Amino acid sequence: MSANPAKGPNAAQERTWDVFAEGLWRDNPVLVMMLGLCPTLAVSNSAINALAMGLATSFVLVASGAIVSLLRSLIPKQVRIATYIVIIATFVTLVDYAIQAISLDLYNALGAFIQLIVVNCIILGRAEAYASRNPVGRAVVNALGMGTGFTLALLLLGSIREILGSGSLFGFNLFGPNFEPWVVMILPPGGFIVLSLMLVVFNLVNKRLGAAVKQGGGHGHAA
Amino acid sequence: MIRKPQIELRPSPHIHAPVDVVSIMRNVVFALLPVFGWHVWMFGLAAVATLAAVLAGSLGVERLVCRLRGENSTLGDYSALITAILLAMTIPPSMPLWMSFVAGAVAIGLGKAFFGGLGYNVFNPALVGRAFVQAAFPAAVNTWPPAFFEGRFSGLIPSNLTPPLMHPPSIADWSMKVVDAYSGATPLAMQKFQHQQTPVWDLFFGGVTSYATGAPAALIIVCGLYLAARRMLDWRIPLSVMAGAAGLAAILWLHDPAHYPDPLFVLASGGLMLGAWFMATDMVGSPVTSLGAVVYGLLIGVVTVVIRAFGGMAEGVMYAILLGNAATPLIEHFTQPRPFGAGRRRGKGGGA
Repeated sequence: MSANPAKGPNAAQERTWDVFAEGLWRDNPVLVMMLGLCPTLAVSNSAINALAMGLATSFVLVASGAIVSLLRSLIPKQVRIATYIVIIATFVTLVDYAIQAISLDLYNALGAFIQLIVVNCIILGRAEAYASRNPVGRAVVNALGMGTGFTLALLLLGSIREILGSGSLFGFNLFGPNFEPWVVMILPPGGFIVLSLMLVVFNLVNKRLGAAVKQGGGHGHAA
Repeated sequence: MIRKPQIELRPSPHIHAPVDVVSIMRNVVFALLPVFGWHVWMFGLAAVATLAAVLAGSLGVERLVCRLRGENSTLGDYSALITAILLAMTIPPSMPLWMSFVAGAVAIGLGKAFFGGLGYNVFNPALVGRAFVQAAFPAAVNTWPPAFFEGRFSGLIPSNLTPPLMHPPSIADWSMKVVDAYSGATPLAMQKFQHQQTPVWDLFFGGVTSYATGAPAALIIVCGLYLAARRMLDWRIPLSVMAGAAGLAAILWLHDPAHYPDPLFVLASGGLMLGAWFMATDMVGSPVTSLGAVVYGLLIGVVTVVIRAFGGMAEGVMYAILLGNAATPLIEHFTQPRPFGAGRRRGKGGGA
C-alpha cells in the first residue's frame, strides 16, 4: 500500500464511505450522470431482468476496476483505452457464460445486452476516471458503490415497470387474474416515462435534502 | 423615502387589448360546450362521468405540480379544463373511470408539467394523454359503446365502474340489451375493415345513430368559426389541415374509388374536424408565422390520410397532430418572415 496521509481511523473510514456513496447517491450513474442508459432502458421491463443486468454490470465494474488499478503503472498511456476494453471484455465473457449456465431463460431475455456491457460507458468511465488513478482498495470500493447505485436504480425502474406492465413483481402475481396490464410500461416508451419520473423524484429529494443541510448549518453533514 | 414619480415611464406597448390567457381559454371552453353537449346527448351519463374522471386526474396533477413548484395555483386559467374536455371526447365513454383518470393525469403531468407548464408544452396535452392510454390500454380505448343507447341518462355503462387496475368486463352482453344491433365499430373502422361506407350527409349533420362517431362536422365547424371570428384560433390551420387531407384523399380516390374513401368522407369522419379546429390550433404547439401555419396544417392533413389509408389503424389524426407539433420549431425556422428592407430573401420559403 502506498503511504496515505492518514488522519486517524475515523477519518479514513468516513472517506471510504464517501468513496462508496459517490456512486450510490451523489454521482449515481443512472440518476445523476445519466450513463449506461442503453441497458437501463432496454432490459428494465421486469425486476428480474433489471436485477440480473445490474449484478452483471456490477461484477464487471468491480473486477475490471481492480485489474485496471493494479496494472495502472504498467499500461502505456497511448493504448490505455484498448487495454481497458480487453480487460473489461474478459470479465464480460465470464459473465456471459455464467448467466448462460445459470438460466437460459434469463440469458435469452437479456439478449445482446450482456455482451454490450463491454461498451457500457459507466465501466469505461470508471476505469479511465477513477481506477487508473487510485489504489486498488479505493478503486474497488468506488466500483462497488457505482455498481450498487446502478443496480438499485435499475431494480427500481424494473420493479415499477413490471408492477404496472405485468401486474407482478419478480414473477409473483400481485393483483389477481383480473389485472389490466399497462402495455406501454413494458414497451420502450414506458422505460423513458418511468425513468423521467424517477429523475423528478430524485431531484426533488436532493433539493429538499440540500435545503435541510443548509438550514441545519454545519452540524448536519456528518451523518 | 422614495417619491413615487408623477409620470410613469414604461416601454411600449402602451395600449393593451383586454385579452389574456384566461379570457381566450374561457372562450375556447364556450366554443367546446356545444360539441361536448352533443357528446353527452349521444352517450349520456357515461360521458359526463368520463369527463369528471379526466378532470379529477388533470386538475389533481395540476394542483400537485403547482404545490411542488411553490407557485400560485394555475387551476383558474381554464387550460386544464380544455385539455380535459378534449381528452374526454376522444376516449370511449365506456372506458373504466380509473383509466380516464390516468389519461387526465398523464395529459397534464407528462404533456404539460414536465415541459414547464402552459406555454411550454411542445405537444398538445390532451393528445399526449390520449396517446398514452392508446399505448397502455389498447383494447379498452378501441372499444366504443353504441351511440344513443337506451337508458343512457339513467345510469353508467357497467364497464365504467371497473375497480382500479382491473380489467373491464366485455360490454358486448350489455350492449345487446340496450340496442337492437351493435357492431362496436366507428364509421372509419367500418369503411376501412368492412368496406361499408356511412353516408357523408349523416356524418356532417349528425344523422349517424347506429354506431359511435364524433360530434357532427357541421357543429364543430360552427363552433370553430366562432373562435376564428374572434381571432382566437388561426383559421389557416384548420383550412390547410382539411385541404391537405382532402387533397391527398382525392388523389387516392380518383386512383382507386373502390378501395379508398372519397374526400368528403375523409373530412367528415373520425376525429379530423375536432383535431383540425380544436387540437391542431393549440397556440403553443403550432407555428406563429402565417406561411408556417399553412405548412403545418398541410403536413397534418397529409399524414392523417397516409395513416388512415396505409397504416394499421383506422384513425390517424392524433399521431398526425403530435407529429405536426414536433415539426413546429423546424417549420418556424424555415418560414421566418423577412423584415422590411432587410436584404434579399435567403431561404427557400419552406417546401411542401
